[in-house]
Amino acid sequence: MTNANDYNSVMSRKAEIMLKSVGIDYSKFESGSIAFDYEKMMRETGYSLEEMQQIQYSVGVGNTPILELKNLTELARKCAPAGKGARIFMKDEACNPSGSFKARRAANSVYHAKRLGFKGVVTATSGNYGAAVASQAAIAGLKCIVVQECYDSKGVGQPEIIEKARKCEALGAEVVQLTVGPELFYKFLLLLEETGYFNASLYTPFGIAGVETLGYEISMQFREKYGKDPDVVVCTNAGGGNLTGTARGLIKAGATSKLIAASVNLSGLHMASDGQFNKKSFTTGHTGFGMPFASWPDRSDVPRSAARPLRYMERYVTIAQGEVFYITEALASLEGLEKGPAGNTALAAAFSLAQELDQDQTIIVSETEYTGAGKHIQPQVSFAKENGIEVIFGDPCEEIPGKNIIFPSHPSLIKARDVDIVHMRKSLIKTAVSTYNVTPTEEDIAFLAEETNSNVEFVKEVLKTLL
Amino acid sequence: MVKKGEWVRIHKNILEPSERAPQVPEDTKKVPLEMWDKGFLQADANLGDEVTIKTVTGRKETGTLIDVNPYYEHDFGKFVPEFLQISKQVREIVFGGDR
Repeated sequence: MTNANDYNSVMSRKAEIMLKSVGIDYSKFESGSIAFDYEKMMRETGYSLEEMQQIQYSVGVGNTPILELKNLTELARKCAPAGKGARIFMKDEACNPSGSFKARRAANSVYHAKRLGFKGVVTATSGNYGAAVASQAAIAGLKCIVVQECYDSKGVGQPEIIEKARKCEALGAEVVQLTVGPELFYKFLLLLEETGYFNASLYTPFGIAGVETLGYEISMQFREKYGKDPDVVVCTNAGGGNLTGTARGLIKAGATSKLIAASVNLSGLHMASDGQFNKKSFTTGHTGFGMPFASWPDRSDVPRSAARPLRYMERYVTIAQGEVFYITEALASLEGLEKGPAGNTALAAAFSLAQELDQDQTIIVSETEYTGAGKHIQPQVSFAKENGIEVIFGDPCEEIPGKNIIFPSHPSLIKARDVDIVHMRKSLIKTAVSTYNVTPTEEDIAFLAEETNSNVEFVKEVLKTLL
Repeated sequence: MVKKGEWVRIHKNILEPSERAPQVPEDTKKVPLEMWDKGFLQADANLGDEVTIKTVTGRKETGTLIDVNPYYEHDFGKFVPEFLQISKQVREIVFGGDR
């Protein structure tokens, strides 16, 4: 029997395709209401920290160096009140085989796929994760398909995504490129069904558990070198996997570092809009993914996402595109380091956040990524200009995504701006109640308190407003 | 004429505007969902023909033949002089003087 391949028919087979391609029966962790057993899911389907370290070290992933950015720290101190300006560090994740921390997620997913006997892996991503899966699949001798959202309807591609396609192909993957739209998921399902390959989702327990080694390493390396844990860890936030995994690794190390999420502010731009696709200068690490995924994680390509960043973040800040570009240039000019946009988003935020901390405190950015043609400030800003974006110097707080890019006229104007995290917590609770359409049980209330890093009283207060 | 076995790029529309998902914004709904893929051509053909390819994973995919031995042209873009200004500024603040 041949299945119908129209959009609705394929989407209606989603649960069945997912079960076969991920090999996880998510129903085992469900309560039948809002709550599900997150820790049980992570325990029973993930790997222990030691297992993950073994898997990753065996394929050259992890154990990346920590770099202290002394000149950038000096620049921050010149902008800060007297006595302020924490030491700024960066975990150089670009040293991983595929050039980003995503190698950690991919190493585990591909290992798991191979162990289960899958012949290949499929992943839906326009980001570094594609290259990471391609790289790990190459090592494991598995086939790999990467599905990307790459072009607008005029066939104009985001330079950064085109570079990622090149890298995936260079590592032996088949790259299926699409125009803008959420129906990428439709093609993804069709490919899983056709090939019977493993769904190397970014959001499975093994993928997220793979990032725990990052948080753990930060703590261990820091203790060894500086005798203490970092005071603050800043993670660039999109789907929430970096922050979730890093946080869980820090907890496993017994660290009490504060976790802060940072995203590039792209508010006002619709992520599925054909016309706005090439008006943005960042393809990930931005609020277009960061905000919706933090306030409702179960919108991913698996039934229950293992990335649940609102559980772990103490603050969520945004940073303007012009500020990230400025910091990227400063990193090259002051530290002799060229790195790609993703980690530099958190770095721009860290530059500002360091100025709130004392000089004997420490702040670390959890990742760097590789840079090159297409994936570099020069082509990013050049592309923006070609797409009618005005590029000026001024106060970046006035930047309007899709209209202009404002480089700070002085670095003291770089400011991490707090997102209303209480509002996000309320939003998550509201969405949970409306999605499941139930009167929350005591178990649900306790679950929502964990989901929102709040408490039972807070959840009950919010629930009252929904009556 | 492109020979069987050559490395080519194909294009096809996989969802027409009328078939697009209900949640897509208006401007996206007006255009089809397009796809590009690469592989080995399965029979001699001309550019613009409907063809079948075999991809590196061994899958068969069909579409319009648009390119032979496709290559990447992305680069470092046109020069952005603003970055010189930023470089100069941060070096002056940190190191002082003419650095």
